[in-house]
Amino acid sequence: MATESHDDHQVNYISIFWWLLALTILEVFAGMPETSLQYPQALKGFLLVGMALIKAALVALYFMHLRFDRKALSFIAFIPLVLCVYVVLMVMPDF
Amino acid sequence: MSQTAAVEAAETPLTPESWGKTGMWLFLSGDAMSFGTLLAGYAIMRANSTNWPNPSEALGISLTAFMTFLLICSSLSMVKALDAIKHGEKEKFKKFMLMTIGGGIIFVGLQAYEWNHLIHGANLGLTENPFGAPLFGTTFYMITGFHGLHVTGGVIYLTCVLIAAGKRGYTTDCFNLVENVGLYWHFVDLVWILVFTFLYLL
Repeated sequence: MATESHDDHQVNYISIFWWLLALTILEVFAGMPETSLQYPQALKGFLLVGMALIKAALVALYFMHLRFDRKALSFIAFIPLVLCVYVVLMVMPDF
Repeated sequence: MSQTAAVEAAETPLTPESWGKTGMWLFLSGDAMSFGTLLAGYAIMRANSTNWPNPSEALGISLTAFMTFLLICSSLSMVKALDAIKHGEKEKFKKFMLMTIGGGIIFVGLQAYEWNHLIHGANLGLTENPFGAPLFGTTFYMITGFHGLHVTGGVIYLTCVLIAAGKRGYTTDCFNLVENVGLYWHFVDLVWILVFTFLYLL
């Protein structure tokens, strides 16, 4: 059965957890008022959004098993991302 | 459907995984649209505001950083619970499920504490606040409230799955049931990662 192929991929969940924790600590450090005002806000935005996307990807790929599941499920998960970018692009000119 | 193997048999060649799992992913995709449009609306309003406050100063981030840590821990216990049911380890499964549920309950409790503090202590209202743009409060309560409802729903869902698995004797037959609730729970964690960054840190 298709979903039993999970058994072949033993993910080290603890190491994913440590990565998530380390990125959260870095994010808090980069975003707290004491440090975040010391460097350009554009750099702050880039760093924070980058780290958040990496964390979200780690959760989706490993905890939610998307990396080992059928590509169709990744496709289903990807559609809202595209649509949300589309929403922003469509609404932005109205302001 | 006569088969009740550890992993449900595929009903059609179109969905090699169980229908439940496909359905859960479709639901999450729709739910992601709800959160996505809320966050997109937030981004647009903030980008066009001249007096948007610095959220990390107005809201404080130490408590929410701990709440983020809590959700990451509960995601870890969730995958451990799934791993345990896959190998038929009943006690381990129960322990990890209860840890996940506990994490969710503490999260909601801390959120209630935070809201109470912001409403009564900092006068952050839905339509006005002392920090600047009125929409700051509107978007904050709307998005964190919507997420908090998801966590509450998740705690109820997890509890129902734990009870249902108990009725089936915590056998490996419950794998699909646990896998689906796990997907939902990780999604809630994933959304919080984004909410924490966009609403509190940026």
